[in-house]
Amino acid sequence: MADFEPKIVAFVCNWCTYAGADLTGTSRIKYASNVRIIRFPCTGRIDYMLLLKAFDEGADGIMVSGCHPNDCHYTSGNFHARRRWIMFRSLSDFMGIDIRRIIFSWVSAAEGARWAELVNSTVASIRELGPYDDYKKIAKKPLMEVINNG
Amino acid sequence: MDELRKLAKELLETSAVNIVIGYEEGTAGKTRAVFVEKPEDTDRLLFDSRCIQNLAAYVTKREVKDKGRMAIAATLPVMRSIIQLASEFQVSDDSLHVLGLTPESRLVEFKSLTDVEKFVHQYQIEIDANYKGKLENLNKLTPSERWKFWIDELTPCFKCYACRAACPMCYCSRCTVDFNQPQWIPVPSHELGNFEWHFMRAVHLTGRCIDCDACYNACPLAIPLNLLTKKMIEDVKANFGGYQPLLKGEHLMSTYKPDDKENFIQ
Repeated sequence: MADFEPKIVAFVCNWCTYAGADLTGTSRIKYASNVRIIRFPCTGRIDYMLLLKAFDEGADGIMVSGCHPNDCHYTSGNFHARRRWIMFRSLSDFMGIDIRRIIFSWVSAAEGARWAELVNSTVASIRELGPYDDYKKIAKKPLMEVINNG
Repeated sequence: MDELRKLAKELLETSAVNIVIGYEEGTAGKTRAVFVEKPEDTDRLLFDSRCIQNLAAYVTKREVKDKGRMAIAATLPVMRSIIQLASEFQVSDDSLHVLGLTPESRLVEFKSLTDVEKFVHQYQIEIDANYKGKLENLNKLTPSERWKFWIDELTPCFKCYACRAACPMCYCSRCTVDFNQPQWIPVPSHELGNFEWHFMRAVHLTGRCIDCDACYNACPLAIPLNLLTKKMIEDVKANFGGYQPLLKGEHLMSTYKPDDKENFIQ
């Protein structure tokens, strides 16, 4: 457990959080390298199935981030996304997904330092939770075994 | 019952409609759906407490729609489904004539869907107390206990999709679960695919499900999959208020309020 390095997938919007993460880099702020960033046009595009797929592929934690309310490049994409997240979280919780592993946040293009902090705190909290064994048990690999071995 | 038969006969004879969707005597003491096209066949129609199938699932089917104008024997859940379908532009006054069967077993012939909507809004969508208790018990468990509960409950599912076929809201001609590029949901009846299928179904019915339990009644293995949709109904109510199908107005999940609560966003 001591050498457990969490794998974290970050789903971010192109206009705010991706630019914010870019600023983190150009400001030469160091932060945990456990995060794999996936760029989306808008938080409104982040399909809940993609979050489930990240867990299937072995993610231990997920970050979802975009523009602050009222700052959306497309006016209301983040508002629509927020309403879906509310229901997604409640269904995930009800079906037993560990929702402490899914971090939602708003990070603007100017908040490079905040992005670094957020990643670091997420990595720390996921490290404490350990690998996501519940989901890994049912995920891809056992499935392929079922297909190959009958 | 005689009233329903008489009315159906009249509608077919005057060619006001081409097809009447109703219930008839089935096998093993159960009723089943019947599609009456000839006035002399209207004697097959019946209505009693066994008629729990949601007939609204048929009004979006190609084979039925192609017959022309339809009349449907509609109980309260069926009427609710019809209003929801109308709000999603799947049925209209031109295509559908509603013969309402009220919870008091009265027959009401509705002139328009607006009248159906008025009637439906007299009754609130309320989760049955028994189910409320079940939801509360599940909420009391820890997430990993709930995970175990659902993995165990969903394990027997062999993805026959009877729940999808029985649901009036599952009318997409190509369902996400049928996609293979990308393959969103694994095909084998393995825990992962089963979990994702039922998760997806619940998400797609959020804010649309009218709590008719057709999915549960159709399930050959009696998997309590209606708990998921009931939970969603409760939570949509708690988070976004009013829960009634509306002919005109915003759909709960395709709209937003600037002050939707965001206590979970860091």
